[in-house]
Amino acid sequence: MNKRQFLRGLRVGIPISLGYLAVSFALGITAREDGLTALQATLTSLLVNASAGQYAAFTVMAAQGGYLEIAIVEAVTNARYILMSAALSQKLPANAKLWHRLVIGFNVNDEIFGMAIAEEDKLNPFYYFGMMVIAMPGWALGTFLGCSVGNILPERLVSALSVALYGMFLAVIIPAAKKNRIILGVVLASMAVSLALSVWPLFVGVSSGTRIIIITVVLSALAAVLFPVREEAAQDDA
Amino acid sequence: MTHNVYLYIAIVALTTYLVRMLPLTLIRKEIKNTFVRSFLFYVPYVTLAAMTFPAIVNATHNVWSGVAALIVGVIVAWVSGNLFLVASSACVVVFLAELILVRGPML
Repeated sequence: MNKRQFLRGLRVGIPISLGYLAVSFALGITAREDGLTALQATLTSLLVNASAGQYAAFTVMAAQGGYLEIAIVEAVTNARYILMSAALSQKLPANAKLWHRLVIGFNVNDEIFGMAIAEEDKLNPFYYFGMMVIAMPGWALGTFLGCSVGNILPERLVSALSVALYGMFLAVIIPAAKKNRIILGVVLASMAVSLALSVWPLFVGVSSGTRIIIITVVLSALAAVLFPVREEAAQDDA
Repeated sequence: MTHNVYLYIAIVALTTYLVRMLPLTLIRKEIKNTFVRSFLFYVPYVTLAAMTFPAIVNATHNVWSGVAALIVGVIVAWVSGNLFLVASSACVVVFLAELILVRGPML
């Protein structure tokens, strides 16, 4: 059972890994521009697995910021993972072991989280491990290539691949929205607010990570008040 | 004073791990409170929707190829829901659209 779930995770992880390869390529190029060696950049990718978080970290490193500063910047840029991990904690079976949680915590990120949440039933930790095992090397390898050999991919290909991960997000939220009118409304409202905040002068100085957190907290709370989820409904639609 | 890059990396890795790991290990029980349950139920949809739009439109070389990727991605996701199919059709659409929209070498 667990073995089959692990293998299924590997399979689902393949497109994630390919998408990562393309995205982390750009990250590797940035790392080189910020003065990191290929080893340092790859090590960061292996240990951190967070795009915005790593961009922010490389920027602080290049500016020779303080150790406390880089810790704060990192906690803020990655704060949305607090919400994702909290949501995952409810998706896991209550009897999931501590080591399962400790391993999953190593790689909670947008794409794998999206796949985990799209599960019909509770999340089998081994399905998650399978996705991690295949996705993480893609992220590290892309960083390594970007940092060591620079841009070998034609620009047209990079531009095309840059939407791969967004396509995966759509594959998670749209089918759920099709089945549930409230989720459809929530998705449309989130996109509208996200667009509004991205052009509203008051929020222009606010990083996209912080914007996502604000939108997530406010709109999820609003939806929870207006459309509280009953036990059975959550089971059907989650 | 020059900072040690490996110490930087260790701090970044540790901070990120704590942010992800603590909610997973501290919230062990199923939450009964309806508001909190509902809140966490909506979190993924709000987060993923807000992360996708308008970012997908700005990710590509040309805004209109990004718009095309969004429209095609939504349609394919609505009809099939297959992860790989949605992601790859969005990529293909961008590639084809930019063959028409962007002439000459891309910089």
